[in-house]
Parts: sequence; C-alpha cells; structure tokens
Amino acid sequence: MIFDQARWTADDDERYEPLLSEKADREVEIEDSPLPDELTRDSLSLPDPAEPELARHYTRLSQMNYGVENGPFPLGSCTMKYNPSFTETIAAREDAAIHPDRPESTMQGTLALCHRLQDYLGRIGGMDAVTLQPPAGAAGEFTGIQIAKAYHQHNDDERSEVVIPDSAHGTNFATAAMAGYEVVELPSDDDGRVDVDALSAAVGEETAALMLTNPNTLGLFERDIEEIADVVHDAGGLLYYDGANLNALLGRARPGDMGFDVMHYNVHKTFATPHGGGGPGAGPVGVTEELAEFLPDPHVREVSGGYEHYAPEHSIGKVHGYYGNWPVLVKAFAYIARLGDAGLADASAKAVLNANYLAEQISYDVPFGPFHHEFVASAAPQDAADAAKRMLDYGVHPPTTKWPEIVDEALMTEPTEAESKRSLDQLAAAFDAVAEEDDATLASAPERPAAKRIDQVVAAREPRLSWQALGE
Amino acid sequence: MSESDESTTGSPYAPQTPSETAAMLSAVGADDVESLFDVPESVAFDGDFGIESRSERETRREAARLLKRNDDLTEFLGRGHYAHYVPAVVDDLSSRSEFLTSYTQYQPEVAQGFLQALFEFQSMLVELTGLDIANCSMYDDATALGEAATLSQRVRSVSGDRILVPEQLRDGKRAVLENYADGPGLSVESYPMDDGQVDVDALAETADADVAMVYAETPTVRGIVAERLGDVGEVADDNDALFCLGSDPVALALLERPADVGADVVVGDAASLGTGTAFGFGLGMFVTREEFLRQVPGRLVGASEDADGRRAYTLTLQTREQHIRKERATSNICTNQAWVALRTAIHAAWLGPRGLVDLAEDCVTRPRDLAARLDEVVGVQAPVHDGHHFREFVAHTDQPARAVVEDLAARGFAVHAVGEHLIQVCATEVTAESEEAFVEAVAEVAG
Repeated sequence: MIFDQARWTADDDERYEPLLSEKADREVEIEDSPLPDELTRDSLSLPDPAEPELARHYTRLSQMNYGVENGPFPLGSCTMKYNPSFTETIAAREDAAIHPDRPESTMQGTLALCHRLQDYLGRIGGMDAVTLQPPAGAAGEFTGIQIAKAYHQHNDDERSEVVIPDSAHGTNFATAAMAGYEVVELPSDDDGRVDVDALSAAVGEETAALMLTNPNTLGLFERDIEEIADVVHDAGGLLYYDGANLNALLGRARPGDMGFDVMHYNVHKTFATPHGGGGPGAGPVGVTEELAEFLPDPHVREVSGGYEHYAPEHSIGKVHGYYGNWPVLVKAFAYIARLGDAGLADASAKAVLNANYLAEQISYDVPFGPFHHEFVASAAPQDAADAAKRMLDYGVHPPTTKWPEIVDEALMTEPTEAESKRSLDQLAAAFDAVAEEDDATLASAPERPAAKRIDQVVAAREPRLSWQALGE
Repeated sequence: MSESDESTTGSPYAPQTPSETAAMLSAVGADDVESLFDVPESVAFDGDFGIESRSERETRREAARLLKRNDDLTEFLGRGHYAHYVPAVVDDLSSRSEFLTSYTQYQPEVAQGFLQALFEFQSMLVELTGLDIANCSMYDDATALGEAATLSQRVRSVSGDRILVPEQLRDGKRAVLENYADGPGLSVESYPMDDGQVDVDALAETADADVAMVYAETPTVRGIVAERLGDVGEVADDNDALFCLGSDPVALALLERPADVGADVVVGDAASLGTGTAFGFGLGMFVTREEFLRQVPGRLVGASEDADGRRAYTLTLQTREQHIRKERATSNICTNQAWVALRTAIHAAWLGPRGLVDLAEDCVTRPRDLAARLDEVVGVQAPVHDGHHFREFVAHTDQPARAVVEDLAARGFAVHAVGEHLIQVCATEVTAESEEAFVEAVAEVAG
C-alpha cells in the first residue's frame, strides 16, 4: 500500500463530504441597490459558510483526491511528474501579477521573462521563433494548424486535409476539424510506427500538414522521421510536432532538427507545472523562420534598451484574450533555468530508464519496444478499466486505459523521472498483484478509496450537473 | 535541496541514486542510459542548449531581478480583466497538493474532492445565470465566446453563418472569435452601439435569417450596464439565432438574470473571482440551456452513485469530448482551467451571497463616485456615456489620451487609452486607497 486515501471521518457510512449548499444556504433579497430594480435580479441564493467551515470543507475534499505528491501517477501521455515548490513561489510574486494592458514601458520585467522563455523554448525545440500565447496543448495545436493554414493561403495554395496517425492524441483530430480540415487517418504499421508507404499514398496536393507525436503514444520513436518529413514536404505539406511526449527527448533530439516546421510545447508536462486537476496548462508554439511572420499577435521581441510587443506581418491574430496562462509560463521558465542543459537531459534519461525498467518488471504483456518515456501494456484477457480500478486498492493511480486502441485492453503507462527504483518496484508489485486477480474481484473494485465504483451509466443517462438538479 | 547543488549535474527532481540506476540498467540489459534512446544518428542532438543550471536560490534571485524591472504602478485597468481582493484562504486551500498536483478526473473514485469542487463551481454558475448547465472551466472569456459561436452553428435549425457582435468589443476578444469562426466558415460582423448601449433598432435591421448568433455584453467593455437586453434577446429569437450574453460572476450577483432576458448561452471570464491580475490569466465560463447539453464543449461533472448507493461525482457525457469522439468532438479542449475554477468556487463561497452582492454594489457606486470627482477636474469630462456603470467608465480628456496615459504612468498610475481623447478608468476595492492620489495626478496631467 503506497497511498491509503484519507477518509476524513472514522465513520464509514459518512464517507462523502456534503455539498456546501447542504451545509449552509442563505438567500439574500436584492433591494435598495444602487441600480434601478428593472436592471437587477430579485434575490441571490448561494451557500454562506463561515471561513472555518469553508476551510474544513475544502480540506476534506482535498483528502478525497489523489495527486502526484500522494503517490505514483503513471497516467500515460500526461507526464505527471513532481512539481518543485519553488516555482510556485516565483509565480506568486506580486510583481509577476500585472495587468496586461499596462503601458509597454512599465512592464519590461514581464516582457524580459517572456523573451527569455521564448529563447529557451526555441533552443530546446530547435525552432526559430516561439509564441507563448496558447493557454493549453490543444490550444497550441489549434494555433499551429491555423499558422499552417495561413501559410498555405498566403502562398495561394488552399489545401483541405490534415493527415494524422491512428495512435495520435484525440486532440489532433479535433483540432484539425476545428480549423476546417478533413482528417485523413493513417494506420500504424505492425511495429506501431508510421507506415511510410501508407503515408506516401495518403499525402498529396490536398495535404496541409501531418500531425505527428514523436516518440508516439506507444512510446516508440519514429525512426524514419527524415523520410517522413521528406514525403510530407515533397507533397507541399507542413510537418506538425505534437509536444506531448517531448519529455522523452530532451537533449537527445530536437523537433526542428528532425524536419518539423511547427510544434507545440506542453510546458506543464515537460517542464513541470502542477496539472491542477485538469489545468491550467500552457501550449507555446514554435515555428521555423519561414512561419514566424504568421505567429499570433502580440509577439515579444528585443529592441535597443528593452523589449516590445509587435504584430508579426501576416499574424493569424489571437488565440487567447490576452497573453495566455502567464503563471504557468513563469513556472516553466523557473524549471528550465533551474535544470539547465544537464538537468533537462538527466530528466529525460531517467524518464526513459524508468519506463523501460517498469515495462521489464511487470507481468502484463508489453508489445513493441524499445520504449522512450512511456509504454503500453496489454491487460488482456482482463478488462483494462477493471484492472485500473483494482490498482486503486493497492494505493497507486492507474495508467491511462483502453487507449491507444492499437493495443488490446491497453494500459498506457508513463512513470516519469520522478519515481525512484523503490517506488517503481512498488508500482510493479501493484500491477502484478492485479494481474493475478479474477474478473469478479476486478469488477467490484475499488474497495478502499473514498468512493467505491461509480456508476457511469446513471451519470450519463440522467445528467444531474448542479446542486439545483439534485432537487434540493 | 542545499546550496551545494549550485553545480548540479542532473535533475534534482529525479530521485534515482547511482546504484539504483546501475541496477535498473542491468535489469533492462543496457550498458548505459544513452543506449535506451532510439534516435537515429542523423537527427541526434548533443544536448547543448546553452542553458546553464542554477541553484534554486539563484533561480529565484534571477526571476526577482527580471520582474523588478516592472514599474510599481497602481492599475486603474479593466476592460475584461479585473482585480478584486482575493482572500488568503483561497491561496491556502487551493495550494493543497492533493488539488494542485492532481490531473483530470479519469479515475473518479480517487478524485471525489476535485469533482465535488467542480460540481460546486458549476452549481454556482447555474444560480448566477438562471440557466441549466455550466461546464467546468474553459480558458478565458474570448475562447468561450469562440466556442459559443461554433455551438450556435451546431444547434441552429437553419443554416446561417453570421455572428453579430457589438462594435465596442475588446480587440483581443474579437480576434480570438475570428480564429474560432474561421474553420466553420462563420463571418463576424459588428452592429452599432448608441451611447455605449446596444442600438437595438440598428441590430434588428441588420439581423436576418443568416444570423447564427447575436452576442451582447453586460457590463459592456466600457463598463456600461446594458439596459435593453430583453430586446436584444427578441431580435435573436425572431431570427432563430442564439442569444449569447457576456458577463462575469461578480456582475451577475446583482444584474438581472441572463435567463430572464432570454439568453441561450452565457460566456465570460470568471477569474474576476479567485484570481488577481496575472498578465491576462483567465477562466472561461460557459453556461447554457439543457436542450444544448449534448453539444456543449468542455468537461462536465455530474452526480451519480457508487456501488454502495452513495452519492458520488464523475466526469460525464464524455462522448462529446476529443479523447473519445476525435474529429467529431464538440471542441478540442483537453487541459482546461480546473484549478482556477476551484479558486473561483472557494472565493464565491467565502463571500457568500451577501458578500458577493455587496461587492457588486460597490462596483456600481465606486466608479460613479470616482467619475464624479474626475468630472470636476479641469480638462476632464466623466463619464462620457450616460448610463449606469460597473467597475469602469470612459472619460474625455482635452489633452490627447496617449499623453495622459504616459504622464499618469510617470506618476505611478495606469489607465487605458480608448480613443484619441478618451481614457478608461476601472476602480475596485483594490484601488480604494489610491483614488485620492489618482484624482490629484489626473488634475496635474489633464489641465
């Protein structure tokens, strides 16, 4: 048992924490307001806890939640690594919290930090210019694809298709559709990699871009990357790099050197920022010189005596109302500066070693290989989702399940560099214990967390999405 | 980590010891770590980024050195991004690592805490808007508006590709909307404003069967409380278009309920609660009617029950989302702003209904009083628009606005320039102690 989920009460029948609305409810009438009645509501009804009640409520909720500091979190493709505390301290500085509409001359510190981070990310990705604006990885994808589209349009070369391997993240498909492209799905070859012949057949004069994750979601490096780049470029398309798995390459290979024209960085994954229960992240986008004039507006550049915003000549406009998720970018800057060349390369090395070691230790079948920072095991003949629920009873967060679909009953596992050998051995023991168990045990798991198995069907068939819908 | 880490040769956050590394290499049958990288020689990189490792202490000093180059200004700035006092308990509770270092709730049994917090967030937005369902956090107001535009095209019974927006709209918001509108082939068009309010007659004239969505804001970008929203809603309705209303949770505590003026979707930035100014860091809210449930973008938390029949929470209706539906998803959003939503929920609960209404009322009286004081300054007329204001107002300056902005910055104050002779001033409780000095500074520079 690595992590035993705290239950805030010894009484097992009262495992859940009541909603705020069940604890305290007070309606206020709105009268004598400084606005005429016809412009105001009549009343407002919200919970009204005193601060001690509030503190206890959210503390208890936190104890019903699992984070990286509770135990291993090998959620494949999410890179759930430890987040150093000092980056929080820097991001919380008062002089980091300024309004974005200040006069430029009065925010030189913020612009300097932006410029420094743009430069660092450019070096790490082998890219010529970087925008910090996209507020998440998927927003970075959208930015990158809009840049590709603007580039083609600028060259009077309208194209209608984006090619995406079947192992790619769902965001790639959704992003291409969002930008108005048809998606051409590319089947993986028997080795789990891009089939170059199939790629050659799939690309043509309608191909705007190939979106590729390298290493891919199976943890495999696309060894034919130069040939892939040639095939796409020869057809007039651009090569897009999905940065979700960049943690596996730091210091060993750079997307720019591999022939990618545009990429996004998941700085919250690769450079450690807390994932915050699902965000905020940040998805800076790097491009080659050829595409730099299409970057979002504003962009930060150095001029004599300081830094300024400017609008790139053929800018796609904006992808976020202001400047993106700034605190996340500050944390990325601090992390990169702390680690430097040696630290970044070491993080990658240990992430890759940890993945290969864990893959070697567990008894589930692990097809393909060799792996970079993640691998996909097969739970078959067990149901991967059930096996995952059972892992919760052993005090570990399970891997990503049933994806990618290329592997039967997939357990997509990414331990990251943040786990020690001892921790990996515990994790492997949990995997192996679950692998031995019968279907009935798995199907009734978990026993130990704050909630037992949750009925997804009820949740979807009778959606109750607010306390108002609970009929209170 | 100690100061002796100054010359670190690896990541201080990767806990393998050298003997562990050796044992693990041996277990996988590799001679060294480099042999595990399956990168062809021709694209291999030598690891030299030219970024030097620093100690934690040195990194903090360096960041401080950089950020100290920001001038110490009192910001009377708003236009969609607002500073309200955030109580310390928001920082403390949201910083608990079980929240901060968790991820999307793919395993709800060990994520009940965050799921319940998001359920509370959704519920508060439902109460504030009077609409049925809220998603649990998008990036910011501008991207939420973009998502609303694409929703309008999906749910509309007849085809139509025009999105109507007010001519007075923050440039950045419109620019984001245009990027979202680009893929589905929607065109973004402006309708006129009249003295800071929607020109409803002009709107009605331009609206036709090709309109998919009409967007209006209250308060507007110029801080005006909109007075004819019901009429705007009718124009949308008459043309079978969606009525999308932009607002924020503080304003919604006081202003008429969006549901009562016929709004189909409410978008806006909820970061006005829970998050101070952080260079534009936002939290998109997206609230709509139940009939659009299966077309809603983003994550939704629903109540269900566990195997013991106890109430429990889970992400639901995920078949709308990119990780399942791929190119047919309602949005590409994956990582969102969950932690910011947690902060907003805590802040709203800390204020309670009385505190929230009091704060909203202060947002009406404070700018009104400040505008009256500035109006007494020679060379300034304030407010420019005849209407009720919320947080901010526009003032006319006889001097060029750009010069006024620069001269004020030199005296330690920031305001927006929004026209050749127009400045915009935002006042909340966090600027309260500086108002006296601000009025004096304006008197010095505007005369």
